[in-house]
Amino acid sequence: MSDKDRIRIETDADIVNARQRGREMAAGLGFSSADLTMIATAISELARNIVEYARTGEIAVKLVSRNSNKGVAIIAHDDGPGISNIDQAMRDGFSTGDGLGLGLPGVRRLMDEFEITSEIGKGTTVAVKKWRQ
Amino acid sequence: MGDKVPVLKQGPYLIASIQTALTDAGWLEFQDDLLSRVGRFRSRGVIIDMTLLDVLDSFSTRTVRALAQSLKLRGAETVIVGIQPEVAMAMVQLGLVGRFEEINTGLDLEEGLAGLDKLTGEGMAQDVG
Ligand SMILES: Nc1ncnc2c1ncn2[C@@H]1O[C@H](COP(=O)(O)OP(=O)(O)OP(=O)(O)O)[C@@H](O)[C@H]1O
Ligand SMILES: [Mg+2]
Repeated sequence: MSDKDRIRIETDADIVNARQRGREMAAGLGFSSADLTMIATAISELARNIVEYARTGEIAVKLVSRNSNKGVAIIAHDDGPGISNIDQAMRDGFSTGDGLGLGLPGVRRLMDEFEITSEIGKGTTVAVKKWRQ
Repeated sequence: MGDKVPVLKQGPYLIASIQTALTDAGWLEFQDDLLSRVGRFRSRGVIIDMTLLDVLDSFSTRTVRALAQSLKLRGAETVIVGIQPEVAMAMVQLGLVGRFEEINTGLDLEEGLAGLDKLTGEGMAQDVG
């Protein structure tokens, strides 16, 4: 199995596909099933934001290591409209759509590391990591 | 995508068992299908079995909640059963739990039937048990 996988995100079927592939890759590292579910749920939220707000983009799943610890990194990238106010977008319950506004803050809670960069008119990148304890 | 959710009629109740991960379109199709069946069979209650689901994210939770509310308006009670422990934990982290408060839940089919009996005043759990 490769230690990197890039999944094009365009349709709602890609959302399911991305979270299943992410889960499989993380399973190879020996994550607990609770962790695998959190990783799959995070991928689902990030992929849906791409479809919903940017229409297309991609999700990269990478196996990473630091010292003796192994983990998985998920990088969701799109060239969509970008987010004008990231602090606001990260707040529980904030949504410009008809969502619950839980995706981004929820992903931050589900994962160990969370980074978001976004530029208006250029796009958005969300990079998250989970470490195998 | 042809992943239709099988729905079983059990007296005044319907039992829907989700077999595989649904796409967003699949969730909406399931919603429409269940709503029309409840009308067709004049069902008093619905159990949605999620034992086989490995992820419940913000979209599917929102859809299930809307479905339970619409079913109620059509005269049927809903009980969700079989949410796996890992899935429940991920839902808590995501912040979804408050969103499930008004939804009736049970551990398994048996609890679901008992729950529906209580909510509707029917007596299916004893007959089936
Ligand atoms: N990839 C993206 N491109 C542009 N805007 C985005 C992107 N991801 C999120 N946003 C913006 O950030 C807001 C918050 O996103 P978040 O995922 O937290 O909530 P939501 O998608 O609105 O609802 P939920 O995820 O609960 O269904 C969105 O409403 C949207 O305005
Ligand atoms: Mg979202």
